[in-house]
Formats: sequence, C-alpha cells, structure tokens
Amino acid sequence: MKTDQEARPDGRGLRQSMSDLHTWVGLLLGWVLYAMFLTGTVSYFKDELSQWMRPELPAQSGVPDQAVVAQRVADELVALVPGSPQWSLRLPDARNNSVYAFWRTAGTAPGQRGFGEGNFDPATGQTVSSRATLGGDFFYRFHFQFHYMPVVWGRWIAGIAAMFMLVAIVSGVITHKKIFVDFFTFRWGKGQRSWLDAHNALSVFGLPFHAMITYTGLVTLMALYMPWGQQVGIKTPAERQQFNAELSAFIQPGKPSGEAAPLASIEDMVRHAQERWGRDGVGRVTATHPGDAAARVAVARGDGGRVSMSPQYLEFEGTTGKLLAVHEGVGPAAETRGVLYALHLGRFSDTVTRWLYFLVSLAGTAMVGTGLVMWTVKRRQKLPDPARPHIGFHVVERLNIASIAGLSVAMAAFLWANRLLPETLADRANWEIHSFFIVWALTLLHGVLRPAKKAWVEQLWLAAALLALLPVLNAATTHRPLWRSLAEGDWVFVGMDLMCWALAALHAVLAVRTLRHRAKLRPARKPAPKTVNEPAGGAVLREG
Amino acid sequence: MTSVAGRVRSVGPLVSRIAAALFGGYALAALASVAVLALPMSTPQAVLTGEMASFIIYAAAVIWVFAVRSALRAWAGLLVVAAPLLLAAWSVW
Repeated sequence: MKTDQEARPDGRGLRQSMSDLHTWVGLLLGWVLYAMFLTGTVSYFKDELSQWMRPELPAQSGVPDQAVVAQRVADELVALVPGSPQWSLRLPDARNNSVYAFWRTAGTAPGQRGFGEGNFDPATGQTVSSRATLGGDFFYRFHFQFHYMPVVWGRWIAGIAAMFMLVAIVSGVITHKKIFVDFFTFRWGKGQRSWLDAHNALSVFGLPFHAMITYTGLVTLMALYMPWGQQVGIKTPAERQQFNAELSAFIQPGKPSGEAAPLASIEDMVRHAQERWGRDGVGRVTATHPGDAAARVAVARGDGGRVSMSPQYLEFEGTTGKLLAVHEGVGPAAETRGVLYALHLGRFSDTVTRWLYFLVSLAGTAMVGTGLVMWTVKRRQKLPDPARPHIGFHVVERLNIASIAGLSVAMAAFLWANRLLPETLADRANWEIHSFFIVWALTLLHGVLRPAKKAWVEQLWLAAALLALLPVLNAATTHRPLWRSLAEGDWVFVGMDLMCWALAALHAVLAVRTLRHRAKLRPARKPAPKTVNEPAGGAVLREG
Repeated sequence: MTSVAGRVRSVGPLVSRIAAALFGGYALAALASVAVLALPMSTPQAVLTGEMASFIIYAAAVIWVFAVRSALRAWAGLLVVAAPLLLAAWSVW
C-alpha cells in the first residue's frame, strides 16, 4: 500500500479517490443495505403477502362498498374502544381484503400515549378470525426500522445506511468512466471482471431508480433526520397544526366537550367522498373524540390513481355529518414531498408498474449483493496465502454468506413459520418473527463453521428447497392449494405459488454455478486484450 | 511497505476527512435546512424545502471532502459554504 503525506496524495486522481470512497462506504453498511433492499423489494407486494399469510380470510372477488364497510367497522370500534380520543381505519381496496385500524386508548396520562391496532373483516366488521400474524408488514417495517430495538434507533440506522447508499451511488458514477459502453459489456467466466460487469450492468440499468429510491427513502423520514428547520420555524401549536396539515390527513384530537353525542352516519360521509374520488377511491377514515359532541371525522383519499401522498381529505362535524372543509391542495414544497413519498412507496402502481418496481428493486438488491461479493473476489487474488486469509477478509466473507444466502433462507423460514406454528400458540405473531431471526442467526453460525464455498452452496440450496416446497406446504396446511386457486381465479395465491418456484429456480441456478466454479487462486492476470470467450459455466461466485 | 511514522502521518488526514464528511457534512446540511427559512416563502414550505434539499447537500459535501487534494482544503471548502448559510440562519433564529 502506498502512503504519502496525505490520505490522497497528488498522484492519485479523482476517480481513484471516488473508487476508494465507493468501496468503503459500500462495504461498511453493505449488509444492512442488502437486507433493507431485499425486504423493501418484497414489500411492494406486502398486501398480497399479508393476504397469503391470512389464508382464513377468503379471497376478495371485488372491492366491497367502502361506505358500508366503514360504517360496519366504525360501529365495532365504538363498542371495542369506547372513549378512545382517536381512531383511524384503512378501508379495503383492490389489494387489501381486511380493514386495518389503530386507535389511541382512553385514559392514559399525557406523555404516555397508549395505542392499539387490529385487523377487521370487511364482511362482518369483527376482528379477523385468522391466525395471528404481522403478515407482509413485518418485512415492510423491518426494512426501515429493523426489530428488537426502539423504533427510533432502527430508523436512524436505516437513515445512515441510506445516506451511505446515496454517497455510494454518486461516487460509483464518478468512478465509472465508460458508463454507457460498459452497459453493453459483459464478460462471462472471467472472475473479477464478470463480477464487475454484473455489478455495473445491474447498477447502470437501474441507476435512476436506485438514486430515486435512496433519496426518497430519506425523504420519507426527513422530519426525524433533519428536524432543525422545523424547530426554528414552527413554534406555536397553531403553526404546528398548519404544518401538519401540509403532510398528513390525520386530524388531531382537540379538546372534548364532555357532552356525550353519538357519531352521525359514517356511511353518508364516505358516500360523499366516493362521489368525489370514485367508488374505490377512499383510503382512510379518522375520527377524533367519537361519542363526544366535539367529534370530528376526516375521510381521506386513497393512494391509487395519483402519484402523490399529500393529504386530500374531507372534514366533517362528527355529530351532524356536516361537511366543514375540503382539503385538496398543499403548498408546492409539500406537494413535492408528497410526490417523492409516493414514488418510494409505489402504492399508486397498477399491476404492471408494481412488477416493474419489484424487478428493478430486485436488481438494486443484486447490485448491493454483487458489490459485497466483489470485495472478497478482488482481494482473494491478492492474499499472501489464500488458504489462510486475514481476519478482515474472513469476517467479510462470512457476513456475506449469512446476509445474502442466509437472508433468503430466513425469509423463506418466516413464511414456513406462518404455516407451521400452531394457531393457539401464545404470542404467535411474534414467534413468526422470532423464527425469522433464529434461522438467520443459524445461517451465520453455519457460514462461520463450514468452508466458505460449501456454506454458500448449502445455504443457496436450502433457500431453493424451502421456496420450492412452500406451495406444497401451503397445499397441505390450507384449503387453498394451487389447483383450487387456479380454478377459482384466486390470483394472489396463484402468484405466490408461482413466485416461490421462480425464486427457488433462481437460488438453484446460483447454487449450481457456485458449486461448479473453481476459484482461480493464482495472482490476477494482467488485463489482456479481448480473448475468445471461455466455455459457459464459469465463475459466478468466486468463493473457494 | 510503510514506516510507522508514515502510517501515522497518513492516518491523521484520513481521520480528519472522515470527520469532515460525517459531522461537517451533516452540520452543513442542517445549517442549510435552517438558512432556507430566510427565503421569501411561507414557513412550512421553507421547512420542507430545507429538509428535502439537506440530503443532497450532505451527499455533495461528502463527495467534496474526498475529492479535494487535502484534508485542510476539505474543511476550508465546508467553512466557505457554511459562512453565508450561517448569516442567513442567524437572521431567522
């Protein structure tokens, strides 16, 4: 290693410093980013995953009338959480066959806010009679706040990782001098070259998406990461209320009057909103101080049909159902934020756009994964004794195995746990999550104990097997096997089964290529002029 | 291979750069997000503009810190940009 009076002496160019920055920024939080990317990618189908994980809820043949459902669940909430100062429910839509509601619990001291949440059956209004599970929301929440730690810590870690990612993207682009030419270059079976080409192709192909998704990810939680402007500029409660109205359709509870008065018809209020935004266009109903004379109800527009998450809602007087205000526009900066937010979540997507989101995001996951593997590939050739690598190399190599192959195993195991854990198990929803982490920890242990190449191959095969057998397990443990879902046109279940097989095939291909690969342990060749392509079946994972 | 002294001399500026990138970059971004409040626009819009711009400023600061020739220049550049922002932020504090 060359040293000089400066960390970057004059002799080294901008490209080299950016390359170093890219390498180290990418490596340091690469494992966190890989996990965020992969769990975030599957979260584009979180509603479908949730449906699959609650097989007791029948497939939805069409979106039920949102006005009727809202009234039904509101009645249930009045009985379930009397005196709650605020509740909010998300109505079913084309992708959701349950109503998610959360509420503040009554009688908690100020400062210690109590919250509750639940899923309700649109057909009956009752709490869903399905197995206890967090469903696809587990992956969704994990991807920006992790688990087993306070939510705020998780979000800060996710923010730091995203910021690293943003720097890695910019420095990666500067490093990359022939960004256009390289996109059409792919050298199979050439070890490090192939890895580099794969990494480049995956990155360049999705570059606008990767940059967008990283930046918009930061924007979703920017009030947490950059609170300073708000602290300086927004001081009085009135200012705060005005500010919040730019961001969210959640109306905040004011002071209750203390005088009891029942809510007017929620159905009529939602009906009113449907006239404005279409039959399935309502997203959320929020009530503050229901049962009190000072009650307010906000009926908010859904996320479909517009690329923005900025709040649009109708505000009603709770006891009379009189329309008090129509909130349909926010300021330009708030609208920009709404669009960026919507771009990240992709909830506006129709089926085709959603698949595109999923695939490009998967390419982003592979970009991070190939980058991590490349770190070891590049350095293995320079090791003095490849059979006994130094500790840093060892750590990276083993963490790569568990965080790439191991995560696939753990995510599949989570779905297995959903089908296998008994419904009567106490704390069942959490045990699904514990299963995920226990299996993930085991893959790390396995990765440390086995020789690296064997560990890669075994874990990839295990992931392939778990995924391939998931439709079989589903057929054995539920009343919704593939043949029935096909016959009944239940596309969520059909899609899950087919997707499991597609992903199983992907893992099997990776396993086979890793197995066939023989690591070249001689020092790296000097870049030679383009030679005849080597036979297929060359390097995929240069781990030996 | 390097001597111990050379290693120390090379690590110092690197640590300084890392600090400039992590903390200097964040401070600059935070400062900019407050300075935006001095612009002639409504406070909520200015706050949101500042928050959204801050991550781009942070990323640019990090790139700057590692792109320039020396750690000293890296810090100097951050300070040069910080000075007018500080004035603007001062006016709204």
